[in-house]
Amino acid sequence: MKQSVLFEIKALYRDNFRVTGFTFGEGEESICIVGSMRGNENQQLYACSRLIRKLTELEERGRILPGKQILVIPCVNPYSMNIKKRFWTIDNTDINRMFPGYDQGETTQRIAAGVFNAIQNYKFGVQFASFYMPGAFVPHVRMMKTGFESVDLAQQFGLPYIVLHDPRPFDTTTLNYNWQIWETNAFSIYTTNTQRIDRESAKQAEEAILNFMEKQGIIRYRGYSGYHSRVIESRDFIPVRAEDSGFFEALVHPGEEVDEGQLLARIYDPYLGTVRYTLHAPAHSTIAFVHDEAMTYQSTAVLKLIREEDY
Amino acid sequence: MIQTIAKTNMPVDEVLRIRKNHIQPENISSSKRISIVTGIHGDELEGQYVCYEIARRIEEHPECLKGTVDIYPALNPFGIDSVTRGIPAFDLDMNCIFPGNTDGDMNEYLAAEIIRDLQGSDLCLDIHASNIYLTEIPQIRINELHTETLLPWAKIANVDFIWVHGTSTVLESTLAFSLNSRNVPTLVVEMGVGMRITKEYGDQLTDGVFRLMKEMGIWTGPAPEVRTPVISENPDDVAFLNAPVSGIFIKTRSHGSMLKKGDEIGRIVDPLRGTLLSVITAPVDGWLFTVREYPVVDEGSLLARILQNV
Repeated sequence: MKQSVLFEIKALYRDNFRVTGFTFGEGEESICIVGSMRGNENQQLYACSRLIRKLTELEERGRILPGKQILVIPCVNPYSMNIKKRFWTIDNTDINRMFPGYDQGETTQRIAAGVFNAIQNYKFGVQFASFYMPGAFVPHVRMMKTGFESVDLAQQFGLPYIVLHDPRPFDTTTLNYNWQIWETNAFSIYTTNTQRIDRESAKQAEEAILNFMEKQGIIRYRGYSGYHSRVIESRDFIPVRAEDSGFFEALVHPGEEVDEGQLLARIYDPYLGTVRYTLHAPAHSTIAFVHDEAMTYQSTAVLKLIREEDY
Repeated sequence: MIQTIAKTNMPVDEVLRIRKNHIQPENISSSKRISIVTGIHGDELEGQYVCYEIARRIEEHPECLKGTVDIYPALNPFGIDSVTRGIPAFDLDMNCIFPGNTDGDMNEYLAAEIIRDLQGSDLCLDIHASNIYLTEIPQIRINELHTETLLPWAKIANVDFIWVHGTSTVLESTLAFSLNSRNVPTLVVEMGVGMRITKEYGDQLTDGVFRLMKEMGIWTGPAPEVRTPVISENPDDVAFLNAPVSGIFIKTRSHGSMLKKGDEIGRIVDPLRGTLLSVITAPVDGWLFTVREYPVVDEGSLLARILQNV
């Protein structure tokens, strides 16, 4: 394993800003894995740290195949992580809205350009991504429909679901979108949580990536066989919305199968403690997403479901 | 008349309401409608004074109003109240979620209701104040896709500068793009600086709004003559200056200055060591229409924009 600084900015009062990469093996730029890009992405960083530990072991045992190079960037934004701020420290811009970057532009454009320059030639790109709403997701691989996406390749992760997503205007400046446009096969992996660490789903994500590398002939590894992923379009998620605001109590968790009409969650009046609203499953389905904050706003999609065929 | 155009229940004993001042004469004789919107970004306050001043001048001469004026001073009321640029609790830029979705989450719903209410306007002004980092001379920015419709209106809005910029996919999520795409001509005004009100600029733009109202047949009262703006349609005319190093920026020239190549604009210093890190000079002759206001800079922070060939 080689540790190197991929991009660096000198600061006035803080230690230098550094994006650090960990390289395993030598040769073809085979696969790059990127972890946290926002200051609250603890789970994404944690998942990368597990992967780095595992790849270090595999390299020591000669399990990285000759001519194959793996790069892991566990954190693109240490500055924001260290002050627990989601976006960039001074101007609150989002590095993941700055790709492919511009090396003569503003600070986060320069960071994006510096990172993209180091990773754009990799054959495969994997980003541990996070959802913008607070909550827990069933683990899945997500791909934007740019015309370059490959469902067959995504199956090789062996995660329960593959979610295809039509890019919206603001998605065109994300790492995943630009990786695809620059001909890297790009995947976003969503583990269960963002701010809180979930060891089980991080382990599942680590296994999924190792599984993928094994199938692509990058490493020798015998892990779990994984799932035959079910492919769904993000627009086919069934949103279950809070028709009122208040304390939110979820009665289900991601991955759980529920029957039509089953009680899924309650919303309570925060003054009186009475139930303001109950949420029920509109169909026989699997829980894909559950809001996990104490309060909810009105109209929030607090649950997202994947419809199951009836028996 | 104060009207609520969208509302949603908050968790604890509060309703979020987006409101407008709907002003019409008793005997309306013009079907034309102008809408003034501001406060999408909660830290941009220059439009607050303009909204107040328009309503005040109309109240002073109600007999001169012939059509409809709708004033929306706070599209992001929680942002304004909490000195937050985006939508508080979501860390979300409200100007990235248009046209919204009536069946979407709270913010998408509010965005969709804003669009619904603004539709039918014959002209809309969306007033911004740059951000807390940069000061701007009064200007209107026009997406090149909408130049033909918007440029004639922009020329009489009493701004100093009209910047016709290239199209960009990310801009398709803005309020102005959504409205222009729905045949509501919408001018984006940028002036002053975030978290402050520059009364002089507010008065200047208010004069422009009354001039626009007069041209539309909404207003028969006084409407001052307007200045002739500089118009830039060539992207190569605008030079961007970014900080070469991190430090504290000490501005030495004000926005609106005419510069010669090599003129000093400011310095970046290191207060810890008492050293000069960089002298920032104009790379070209031109007009300093944007300059850094917030002193702390990272390498890459935008310091200035200069318009060449003025």
